[in-house]
Amino acid sequence: MSANPITPKNEILIKNGFVFDPLNGVKGDVKDIAVQNGKIVEPSKLSTKAKVIDAKGKIVMPGGVDIHTHVAGPKVNVGRMFRPEDKLHDTMTTRTSLLRSGGGFSVPSTFETAYRYAKLGYTFVNEAAMPPLLARHTHEEIHDTPIIDQSAFTLLGNNWLVMEYIKKNQPENLDAYVAWMLKATKGSAVKIVNPGGTEAWGWGKNCTDIDDPVPYFDVTPKEIIQGLAASNERLGLPHSIHLHGNNLGHPGNYTTTLKTMALTEGITTNKKSGRTQNIHFTHTQFNSYGGTKWGDMVSKADAIADYVNSHDHITIDVGFVTLDETTTMTADGPFEFSLSTTNHLKWGNLDVELETGSGVVPFVYDPKNSVFGRQWAVGLELALLVKDPMKCFLTTDHPNAGPFTRYPVITSWLMSKKARDDKMATLHRWVPEKTKIAEISREMSMYEIAQMTRAGPAKALGMSKTKGHLGIGADADVSIYDLNLKTTDVTKNPEAIVKAFGSAAYTIKAGEVVVKDGEVVAVDVPKFTIWTDADNFNNKEVTNDIVEKFLKYYSLTLNNYPVQENYAPHQQVIKAGPLAGGN
Amino acid sequence: MEKVTLTPNGEKYLVLEADCITPDNFAGKTLEQIADMTVWEGNTTHRLGKFFDIGGKTGATATETAIVVNGNVPRVKYIGSKMTDGAILCKGDVDMYLGAWMKGGSILCKGSADAFAGIQMEGGDLVIEGNAGNYLGAAYRGDWRGMKGGNILVKGNAGNDLGEYMIGGTITIMGNVTFNAGIHAGRDVKSKEPGGRIIIHGIADARVGAQMVRGTIFVLGGVKTMMPGFTANGTEEVELDGKKMMFSVFNGDRAEAGKGTLYVKA
Repeated sequence: MSANPITPKNEILIKNGFVFDPLNGVKGDVKDIAVQNGKIVEPSKLSTKAKVIDAKGKIVMPGGVDIHTHVAGPKVNVGRMFRPEDKLHDTMTTRTSLLRSGGGFSVPSTFETAYRYAKLGYTFVNEAAMPPLLARHTHEEIHDTPIIDQSAFTLLGNNWLVMEYIKKNQPENLDAYVAWMLKATKGSAVKIVNPGGTEAWGWGKNCTDIDDPVPYFDVTPKEIIQGLAASNERLGLPHSIHLHGNNLGHPGNYTTTLKTMALTEGITTNKKSGRTQNIHFTHTQFNSYGGTKWGDMVSKADAIADYVNSHDHITIDVGFVTLDETTTMTADGPFEFSLSTTNHLKWGNLDVELETGSGVVPFVYDPKNSVFGRQWAVGLELALLVKDPMKCFLTTDHPNAGPFTRYPVITSWLMSKKARDDKMATLHRWVPEKTKIAEISREMSMYEIAQMTRAGPAKALGMSKTKGHLGIGADADVSIYDLNLKTTDVTKNPEAIVKAFGSAAYTIKAGEVVVKDGEVVAVDVPKFTIWTDADNFNNKEVTNDIVEKFLKYYSLTLNNYPVQENYAPHQQVIKAGPLAGGN
Repeated sequence: MEKVTLTPNGEKYLVLEADCITPDNFAGKTLEQIADMTVWEGNTTHRLGKFFDIGGKTGATATETAIVVNGNVPRVKYIGSKMTDGAILCKGDVDMYLGAWMKGGSILCKGSADAFAGIQMEGGDLVIEGNAGNYLGAAYRGDWRGMKGGNILVKGNAGNDLGEYMIGGTITIMGNVTFNAGIHAGRDVKSKEPGGRIIIHGIADARVGAQMVRGTIFVLGGVKTMMPGFTANGTEEVELDGKKMMFSVFNGDRAEAGKGTLYVKA
């Protein structure tokens, strides 16, 4: 992409589409949407030179928002490097005068990632796990991913200083340190992965329950989650804590999940940024299993959904299993080790000094296998049993449960019982027997899909002023799909959803048309790295602690640690904490 | 069966990637259409007809189409890759990926083939009368699913890593091999299937069957250095090509709790 930001001057009028804009309560009404200088404006503001897009009979939505995906950073790159076979059977894009060459089915190259997201109508995606020490690499890849806006969540759930401040009960120091870390890494939110467990993995152990103490540090996952959640709300960060829970991916883990979700019930949510939750529990599908081993594993999605339905301090995303051959990658080091012992394939593992760890393992979700079929059902049950789609978002934890390119088919499963039944007929006979998916008749509406993929995630991220809606002043990120719900019964014809959502008729990013008829037509459009600045504490004790950690333990000096400005040349900074006037 | 002949016309090139040369692609095409097919040289493309004089006639289907590469093309890759039927005769040497991913049909190479011949092959017959390079009948780089079926016969020697991650099918080498024959063989074999079969008539240098999980390897000329992960289990008389021979039997590789069998001629 070009080194200089481009000022959008385009004017576009999108006429007569069926508009789905949940944050503004627009439920498929025929409406005109006007775009000027990269923002949504009143149609009357446009000059006569405005380009007109006829969206008659088409769906018009805000650009898609992916709240949790892995598309940039060291573990993503390990996935790319150690899986040449991931490219072999994938359609590789050859270079054109506009596009870079690239490919990879489950872990596409950076440019190809952007093209594929744009073709689905997505314009804002969140890299869900940035190891602080390797933040530079993450930002380099974000910089090499054109078109789509991105932010990255800073991993803090296994950080030594975080654990020490929580153990010593020093909330002021914790606030200052969290704010400093977000600034140093240009991260947007506090990410917690298997709190305590990844640090314990450095000692060959794990924290499978929220009361398992972390070796040496002697704090528990419970204390880490509550400590960081309280800090997050004191700082008034745009997003809540973003949690990958303990004991992920093991039968019987739903009890741990319910206990974890209850941890922040007593913490007051800071509603400055418009969100209502104080905890986001990510890829919950992997944490909704009953039973004691894989043989008797049953879905407990109903119990999890009941909890989410009856509590307002929580949002979740699903992590749908798409039954593909994919690459798993997470900062949950011990989980990846246990996964590698189940399939005996190659295993990548990394300890990130004082901060976190990670693992990468290829994984084949064989559709014939009863366990994977049940995982497929658990994801759909979760989404369909949570009543309010503003609380439960569409993700595949890309690429862990499946690549994001499967979002269109997931949408068809959510909108059509026929699509689910057709798929289930190809799966193991235990899938209908050991899950409740066959009994669920709910078919989601297009409005609900817009909530799950646009309005909901934007609101939960605290970005609903500019993202996830089409009201006046919003970023002009729009997707248009060629699907007429008045003439097509998508419940009977789910393939129409897959086709329309798989290749957007138009994707407009920051006021520029980037995709037309499913093809990328422009790449040099404004693209931003969004991060959160809540610093300005000037806490001497914390500064000394940081200096000491670098002198004693880190493999590099403090001066070489923070991400410099030129790593994120096009940034949008969200002010929080003292910089936003405190609480 | 109709026959199409490709004769190198002396035009110079560095290395060509010519995955268009298969009976599946040629079937039902005119000679002009075949001449217009794309080959890659580095990052640029050319017409196949730029480098070959094309004669003969194609059949209506791959089954009825044979291709003769009428000369030495040691720098042309991917000949016969992904073919499902028909026949190819290469009169001289060829470069890498001869018959890679082939599913059916037959290839006869009179000369030698470079590395990756027959990788992840699923069916058909691949005969190399000269020598084969490294990774004969192996898995693609990074993959754990090697050759699934079909037969490979090499009349000369073969290089390292032949039959890597082999799942099924047979590889026969009349000459000698170097290192890692049958390495990782059977990693992705289903629990009740036997795995692949490797027969080496000559000498194998070392690491035969390293980390193999399932499958059978015969070495008639002896193994210079045995893997320590194999258990000796006496001798057994086995019939190979109609001849009964005595073999020392080894099982392993125990480093992987493997159930593979290695027969070394006693």
